[in-house]
Amino acid sequence: MPAFSPLRYTRTAIALHWLIFVLIACGFALAVYMVDLPLSPQKLKFFSWHKWIGVTVFMLALARVAWRIAHPAPALPATVPAWQRHVAAVNLVALYVLILAIPPTGWLYSSATGVPTVYLGLVQLPDLLPKDKALAEQLKLVHVTLNFIMLTLVIIHAAAALKHHYVDRDDVLERMLPFIKSRGK
Amino acid sequence: MRSSLSGLIKTAGVVLLQVATFATAQTVLYDKSRVSCVSRQMNVPVEAQFKKFTARIAFDPARPEAGNAQIEIDVGSFDIDNAEVNDEAKSKPWFDVRAFPKATFVSSGIKPLGSGRYEARGQLTIKGRTADVTAPFTYKESAGNGVFEGAFSIRRLQYNIGEGAWKDTDTVADDVQIKFSIVVARNVPAAKK
Repeated sequence: MPAFSPLRYTRTAIALHWLIFVLIACGFALAVYMVDLPLSPQKLKFFSWHKWIGVTVFMLALARVAWRIAHPAPALPATVPAWQRHVAAVNLVALYVLILAIPPTGWLYSSATGVPTVYLGLVQLPDLLPKDKALAEQLKLVHVTLNFIMLTLVIIHAAAALKHHYVDRDDVLERMLPFIKSRGK
Repeated sequence: MRSSLSGLIKTAGVVLLQVATFATAQTVLYDKSRVSCVSRQMNVPVEAQFKKFTARIAFDPARPEAGNAQIEIDVGSFDIDNAEVNDEAKSKPWFDVRAFPKATFVSSGIKPLGSGRYEARGQLTIKGRTADVTAPFTYKESAGNGVFEGAFSIRRLQYNIGEGAWKDTDTVADDVQIKFSIVVARNVPAAKK
């Protein structure tokens, strides 16, 4: 633990947290909605948008990891038991790993399908894999499975934050909320 | 006398054969040949192959202007490696394979451009619509085969490919690239065909 622990997350950390959350939520919802649509121009657009969201999330997540390394997070209140600290830390690391790992699995899946990813319709990413149908099916499974693991961890993460706010009545949630002044316990 | 007569017939036969090789089509090696198209969806290039086609090509690099080509593509053999897209491509808004099973290219002239490069002009018919196209290509000889390779662009809407909602070129671009690599066996006697 650093000698000096800030009370709140920095504005940049808060902005990145919520921006990444909103993008992932949109990308996830879009994916669930689009996969079973019949083929249409709209469906092709949705797939492209989904990939653009993924690339954006990946880049923002890199920036966030760099920011986090340079700017330590505020310490948890002393009242938080050790086992909860451990669970929170493991959950957080797992979330970072998944947020960084999921976009590349989508990219690889797309490459293996034979469809390149063209970010914002402007920048074509290199295909890391040659076209391979069997591999594409496996990568799809990996991409989807990791997403549902992430969903589970996000639910745990959010439930814990809400528990801090409404049950423990500490500032653990508030220090990550934009536009709100911490109760400053 | 008899032997000289047979010699004469042989010579005549060889001459005839040589004339015939200019006029008759060369044997196309289909397992080495490929015709495909590259379309762009949201600027994402995607290639599909036409797995079945027949080509009639008569081309002599010494006399390129005398050459000609007729290519007939079985549009239903469109394969983009995705069953759903394959079915869609064959449907009425796209190729309408049931009504228009074949696409054809018939050359009207071949022009040498120098250093192994040529240009074939001709008429391309897809989905019952015909337009003039110019297809630049290269011709190389290797391992006893002749290899024609080239690519040219068409505008899909000119052929009414992608009707209704698919007319929107923001999603699927109007420009579609047709790519071909056709391998022919050289110097095949006419008698063998």
